[in-house]
Amino acid sequence: MMRIVALAIASVAGLVMLLSPFFPAMESVGAQSSEIFNVIAAIAFILGAGSLVKVNLSRVGRRDTGWGYAFVTLLCFAITLIVGLGKIGVPPNPQFAATPWAGEKDAAGSAFAWIYEFILTPITSTMFALLAFYVASAAFRAFRAKNREAMLLLGTAFIVLLGRTFAGVWLTGGFPEWASGLRLENLSMFIMQVFNTAGNRAIIIGIALGVTATSLRILLGIDRSWMGAGGGSA
Amino acid sequence: MVRGRSITSDAARMMLPLLAVCAVAGFQHTLASAHTQEIAAAVSTEDAAAVGAPTTSLFTPGKLPLAVAIIVTSGCIIAWMLQARAGASMYLRRIPALDAVTNAVGRSTEMGRPVLFIAGIQDMDNIQTVAGITVLSHVAKTTAEYDATIEVPTSRSLVMEAAREAVRGSYQAAGRFDAYNADAIRYITDEQFGFVASVSGQMVREKPAACFYMGCFFAESLILAETGNSIGAIQIAGTAESSQLPFFVAACDYTLIGEEFMAASAYLSGAPDQIGSLKGQDAAKVIVATLILLGVVLATIAALNLPQSEAVSRVFESLKGALGS
Repeated sequence: MMRIVALAIASVAGLVMLLSPFFPAMESVGAQSSEIFNVIAAIAFILGAGSLVKVNLSRVGRRDTGWGYAFVTLLCFAITLIVGLGKIGVPPNPQFAATPWAGEKDAAGSAFAWIYEFILTPITSTMFALLAFYVASAAFRAFRAKNREAMLLLGTAFIVLLGRTFAGVWLTGGFPEWASGLRLENLSMFIMQVFNTAGNRAIIIGIALGVTATSLRILLGIDRSWMGAGGGSA
Repeated sequence: MVRGRSITSDAARMMLPLLAVCAVAGFQHTLASAHTQEIAAAVSTEDAAAVGAPTTSLFTPGKLPLAVAIIVTSGCIIAWMLQARAGASMYLRRIPALDAVTNAVGRSTEMGRPVLFIAGIQDMDNIQTVAGITVLSHVAKTTAEYDATIEVPTSRSLVMEAAREAVRGSYQAAGRFDAYNADAIRYITDEQFGFVASVSGQMVREKPAACFYMGCFFAESLILAETGNSIGAIQIAGTAESSQLPFFVAACDYTLIGEEFMAASAYLSGAPDQIGSLKGQDAAKVIVATLILLGVVLATIAALNLPQSEAVSRVFESLKGALGS
């Protein structure tokens, strides 16, 4: 019964959202649905936080592999929660000077803003910086000339990479005007604008049609696996 | 309600490139961007303009081409679904990435290591996340049948709830509800790189034998896939983010590219009407290809400076106008 209700809600709301861009009278309904989504997401966040605490507490309790990380997670979670909810170090709001805790939790100078700026941002930047090394190792494997296709990929990558550096401009800068199309920077641009764009557009058209088909399957209740029907269909 | 909203709004957004391709030359600036996010942003801007403009008409002006494109595409898909339901035989090419799901889960069972499934880092209002959850239910059913363990870290609370529902349903369907562990599907953080750090650490410590990346990914895709590669896991990825596809292709054993990812659930279910929807999708693709060819021929003739070029140019402009570009 619950599955039928869930399916009906999804189908009706989905159809409303599908039609709302086309009928001005339905636009407000579409906007309301977005607000409802935000409310549900906010409620679900409590479940998420509960799951985080439960899983990590049990890991610490059992002394599982990597329980130290779980402990650090719990510690950071508690500190951030206390600092955020307690608005520690938040400067008073000039508009409501007499009211305590009227300032924004992430106002400049607050402990929350300090944590964000001096702990979270550097850590996330560090993770992002690792990407450069991962790109290098992935490129090393991808560009190994093991067969004809891989050789084609290697050659194309070589032209595009070189064409986007000064070395490429310098190497083929001496080509006469009538052969300017063979300069590496122009070849690189040609590959990106013609071959790459054409391939990307083909993928995007496929995705657009795939999204439509997936949406229809779900809205019509043919594919119910998203709500736990065990991979079944109608 | 939430899920329905995400599906349809994304479907409407994704139809824009279809129209743009039909118009061939008229929407160059939109198609020049291969990133679906930019296209979605373009649609949002258009929507916002339409909302802001005072109107008394029953139908939003300028949306007719989009409506026609949705109706034609949906019509094709529904028609093929009905044909399949009526018993028409449908050929579906093999998709190695999806055929490898069973092998990957079997390998996990043999090695006594878990299966790791990541449904992207976006919320349930993203169609890719919904598609990832549908694939998860099939993978979870296989893990239940093979007595393997599945780990599903999520970066959104709502996705965690949806994933729990899907996995619970799959274990129930496989008759292994006793093996279902809700704590294996857990929330990590909304923070992109915080999530990556946690999952990468888990991968290095627990060394899952199979890793599935099915959903919407951004810069974290390569970090996850390379970490998985370094621990020797068999990796199957699927995304509709065209900018992340090269990373998955380079680092994973199998990759579902764009529409293959959207078709994964239908392919794995093997249900006739779902297979029919894929055929309908192909029929719509033929229509798009025909319109592209027509546009290319007309645009070429118009540019050739022939005696007929002016008339052809007028036809071409009319076609572009009719398609809303």
